[in-house]
Amino acid sequence: MSATLTQTGHTATPAIPAPQSPGRLAVRRFVRRPAAVIGLVVVVVFITVAAAAPLVAPFDPIKTSWTLIRKAPSWANWMGTDESGRDVLSRVIWGARASMMAGVVSVAIAAGIGVPAGLAAGFLGGRTDMLLSRVVDAMLAIPNLILAIALAAFLGPSLENAMIAIGVTAAPVFMRVARGATMDVITNDYVEAARALGNPPWRVMLKHVAPNILPPVLVQSTLAIAGAIIAEAALSFLGLGQQPPAPSWGSMLNSAQRFLSQAPWLAIFPGAAIFLCVMSFNLVGDGLRDALDPRGK
Amino acid sequence: MRGFLGKRLLQVLPTLLLVSVLVFCLQQLMPGDPALVLAGEDHDPKVVAQIRNELWLDRPLAVQYAHWIGNVVQGDLGFSWRIRQPVLDLVETKLPVTLQLGGMAFVIALCIGIPMGVLSAVQRNTKWDYIANAIGLAGLSTPNFWLGIMLILLVSVDLGWLPPSGYVPLTENWQQSLATTIMPAFVLGNAIAAVLMRHTRSAMLTALDQDYVRTARAKGLSETRVVLRHALRNALVPVVTLGALELGTLLAGAVLTEQVFSIPGFGKLIVDAVFNRDYPVVQGVVLVTATLYVLLNLLADVLYVVINPRMRGA
Repeated sequence: MSATLTQTGHTATPAIPAPQSPGRLAVRRFVRRPAAVIGLVVVVVFITVAAAAPLVAPFDPIKTSWTLIRKAPSWANWMGTDESGRDVLSRVIWGARASMMAGVVSVAIAAGIGVPAGLAAGFLGGRTDMLLSRVVDAMLAIPNLILAIALAAFLGPSLENAMIAIGVTAAPVFMRVARGATMDVITNDYVEAARALGNPPWRVMLKHVAPNILPPVLVQSTLAIAGAIIAEAALSFLGLGQQPPAPSWGSMLNSAQRFLSQAPWLAIFPGAAIFLCVMSFNLVGDGLRDALDPRGK
Repeated sequence: MRGFLGKRLLQVLPTLLLVSVLVFCLQQLMPGDPALVLAGEDHDPKVVAQIRNELWLDRPLAVQYAHWIGNVVQGDLGFSWRIRQPVLDLVETKLPVTLQLGGMAFVIALCIGIPMGVLSAVQRNTKWDYIANAIGLAGLSTPNFWLGIMLILLVSVDLGWLPPSGYVPLTENWQQSLATTIMPAFVLGNAIAAVLMRHTRSAMLTALDQDYVRTARAKGLSETRVVLRHALRNALVPVVTLGALELGTLLAGAVLTEQVFSIPGFGKLIVDAVFNRDYPVVQGVVLVTATLYVLLNLLADVLYVVINPRMRGA
């Protein structure tokens, strides 16, 4: 920054750039990554399409037509029709709704359980930490898809139960992330100062520690949404998620298997939608991680 | 080393105990009374009472758990309600199929992931690095059941090179066995390859920055020798152990892969059990999977100490 002359003619000291908030710095770092920005744009498109499905979908996703069975992609049906004559594009659009909802709700459940538990474990330490950590170790010992399948099986097959199963199985990772971040944050001077000022422990935990563990939780949430979308598709593919005739990318792939040689488009489009959506969330997650924690780059 | 092993074993035991509690609790989530489900449509009160008594359902939960875990410890995982066979027998029949598939998938993952990670690190910030990273990200974002369906479409339906489904045991005909498992193994190994590629890249970047690599270069060794003999050898230590942790992902991924390729393994066993409401099998499979996973983690830790001399004194 060059030195400037003041009105009185004296040479001013070099101007010090105004300090930027960590949030602004993170946004600047994020937008410098083209892959992350593209990912974010695609995620926004998917969310918009999912929210506006009734307006965007060209046809009713569950209306069958015996004259349109397994028609190849055409101008009338851009992604073709399925074994019941339903428009595949409309089902992919409505399927986005199920996937997005599963992604967001499951991650909300996971964060709702895992973050308070991790915060308590990291902040209180001692027996609370030991007990919660052992439970988390036990849950992490069961591969999460197997646990989600077992939970969905015992709860009964439905999209709601699939979301609960995915949320519960993803909670331990949130607990670990929140615990680690809390243990890091409580070593800071401002936490020590808040304690020294006589704040009760719950106030220190909620007002001074909790807001500062949000960046890693946010990164984990974005990556977990990608995982939850795949998990919902997997459960629906196995018949444990969204039930027919309601559209879901996973259940569409399940029925597409039977007509692979006659109607390959039935498998190509829903799978491509999962791939694109999951990859976009992963790109955003990677971008956020680099933007919020440049040391870990 | 013995102290380390003992300490890790002591940590594993409570984890396994808690896993068993979680698996036992799964049954409590089941809607309705299991005795009514088993008694058939008549719901004869005498039959229902007899089933309750046989399955210990009329006892307090803690007693039920103690009875169940006592049996599990003696190798009795229960009795399949549907197939009318001990769960342990079913596990013993299906597990080798999944282990063969998982073993092949892991080898494929190593063969793809490590060279790609090395290439990406050596060619850092070049087009090769970007391509390898893009392939890695795509691998992580592709649902393996979709990849399986697409490969069946291309390799089996269009090209007719490999059978689309089925399984031939290795002992029966090894060529046929390989033909039926190579495609599912590739599908299963794909996501692990992406994870290994990321770990290898990161470990290689750290290794290439070390003084001993600089010294090796200063001695005039060829770049290939520096990369393969000096950097990779050290970078592989964390990669091998982190890779071993991915074996749990293999067990979970096998559920979907076996479903797509109709392979009668462990994964298909749990899915069939879910649809037949055969809850003892579901519980048994989850318990065995979790135990395997915990033991594999333990093995990974031991492996880390064995191949990393600096950890031996720790």
